[in-house]
Amino acid sequence: MEIPTIVGAGLVVIGVGIGIGRIGGSAMEAIARQPEATNKIQTAMLIAAALIEGIGFAALFAA
Amino acid sequence: MQKVVRFLLVLALVLPTAVLASSEGHNDHDVDHDTKDLTPEEEAERKAEREKNHRKHYVIHHTQDSHDFGLFTNETEGKHYGFPLPVILWDDGIHFFMSSKFGHGHKTASSNGKYFKLDYNNGKVYQADAEGHFLKKKVWDKELKEFVSERVEVLDFSITKNVLVTMLMVVLMFFLFRSIARSYKNGLAPTGAAKFFEPIIIYVRDEIARPNIGEKHYKKYMVYLLTVFFFIWFLNLSGMTPLGINVTGNIAFTAALALMTYLITTFTGKKDYWMHIFWMPGVPWPMKIVLAPIELLGTIIKPFALMIRLYANMLAGHIVLGMLILAAYGFSNYFASGAFIGLTFFMNIIELLVALLQAYIFTMLTALYFGAAAEEHDHEHAAAH
Repeated sequence: MEIPTIVGAGLVVIGVGIGIGRIGGSAMEAIARQPEATNKIQTAMLIAAALIEGIGFAALFAA
Repeated sequence: MQKVVRFLLVLALVLPTAVLASSEGHNDHDVDHDTKDLTPEEEAERKAEREKNHRKHYVIHHTQDSHDFGLFTNETEGKHYGFPLPVILWDDGIHFFMSSKFGHGHKTASSNGKYFKLDYNNGKVYQADAEGHFLKKKVWDKELKEFVSERVEVLDFSITKNVLVTMLMVVLMFFLFRSIARSYKNGLAPTGAAKFFEPIIIYVRDEIARPNIGEKHYKKYMVYLLTVFFFIWFLNLSGMTPLGINVTGNIAFTAALALMTYLITTFTGKKDYWMHIFWMPGVPWPMKIVLAPIELLGTIIKPFALMIRLYANMLAGHIVLGMLILAAYGFSNYFASGAFIGLTFFMNIIELLVALLQAYIFTMLTALYFGAAAEEHDHEHAAAH
C-alpha cells in the first residue's frame, strides 16, 4: 500500500512541533533560572526555532 | 476619544451584519440547476466540494503576483476595480502596453502585429492568435514518451504589482533613511523620524551585527544588514495592508535576497573561511575528504534555507489570513461569523509580530554567515598545530 505524501508531511510537522515546543520550554526554564541572560537565550532560541521551522516548511511544500 | 471608541464599536457590530447579508445573497445565486438526478445529499456534497475548491483558488490567487493592481472585485457582476500596470514583453522585439488590454484574461492584447493572452488563473502571458486562441507548440514529454502540445510562454519583464510595490518601497526607504542620516548633521540628538528608528538601527548594530560578526569586521557589513532588515520588514508590513500585496511571499523575491547574501558571503570570505570548508583543521585527513563536499554543499543550502524560510512563512501567513476571512464570510450563523472575525483580528496581530520576526531572523542568520566568512581563527590554529 502506498502511503500518501501528506501523511509524511504530517509526521514531519508533528516532529517540528515537538522540537519547537522543547526549545521554547527549555528557553523558559533557562530564563527563569537566569533572568539576566534573557537576551542571549532568546536569540539562541529564535535561531534554533527558525532552523527547525525551515524543515517543517520544506515538508509542507513537498506535500 | 470616547466618540472614536463608540464609532469603532458600532462599526464592529454593523460590518459583520452587512457582510453576512451580502454573502447570503451570493450563496443563493450559486445554486446549480443541472444536477437534478442526484440525491439531495450528493448534491449538497458536490456543492460543498465546489465551494471549497472555489475558496481555495480564490485565496491562492490573491497571494500571487498579478499584472494589474486590483483593489475590489464585484464577483456577482464580474467587475474588477483597480488600476492597470505596464506590461513589457520580449517576443522577437519589445512589446509595451498597459495591462488593461488583457481585460483580466478575457481579451487578447495586440502589439506590433503579435497577439498575447493572459491566463488569469496562473497569471502568465502566452502567445495567441487574432481570434484569441492560445498558440500551441509540440513538446516532447519524457514521462509519457510522446509529443504533447503546450502553450507558448513569452519572456515577461512587466512592472507587475510586486515589482511596483518593491520600487515604491525602495524610493520610500531611500528618502526616509536619507532624512534620518541628514538629521544627525545638526548634532547627535535624534530628531523627526530618527527618534523612532534610532533604537532599531542601534539594535541591529549592537545585538545582531556585533556579536555575530565581531568587533573588527562588523562595520563593512552594516550597510547590507540594515538595508535587508528594513527592506524585509517594510515589505512584510506592506503585506499587512488590505491592498493584497505579497512581495516577501514570492519565491523569486526571497531568492534574490538570498542570492545577495550568498554572493557577499562568498566574495568576502577570508582564507580561514575557505580552509574550514575544504581542509578543516583538527580533523583526521580521511574525514576531511568526506567532510569537504558536505561543507561545500552547506554553503549553498544555507542561503537556500533563508529563501524558503521567508517565502514559506509569509505565504503561509497570507493563506491562513485569507482562509479565515473567507470563513468569516462563509458562515450564515452570526456567532460563528463573529468568532471568525475575532480570530482574523488575532491572526493579524500575530502576523504583525511575524513580519518583524522574519526580518530579524533573516538579518540574524545573514550576520551569522557573514561572521563565519570574516572570522580569523587564531586560537583554533594554535590548538591544531
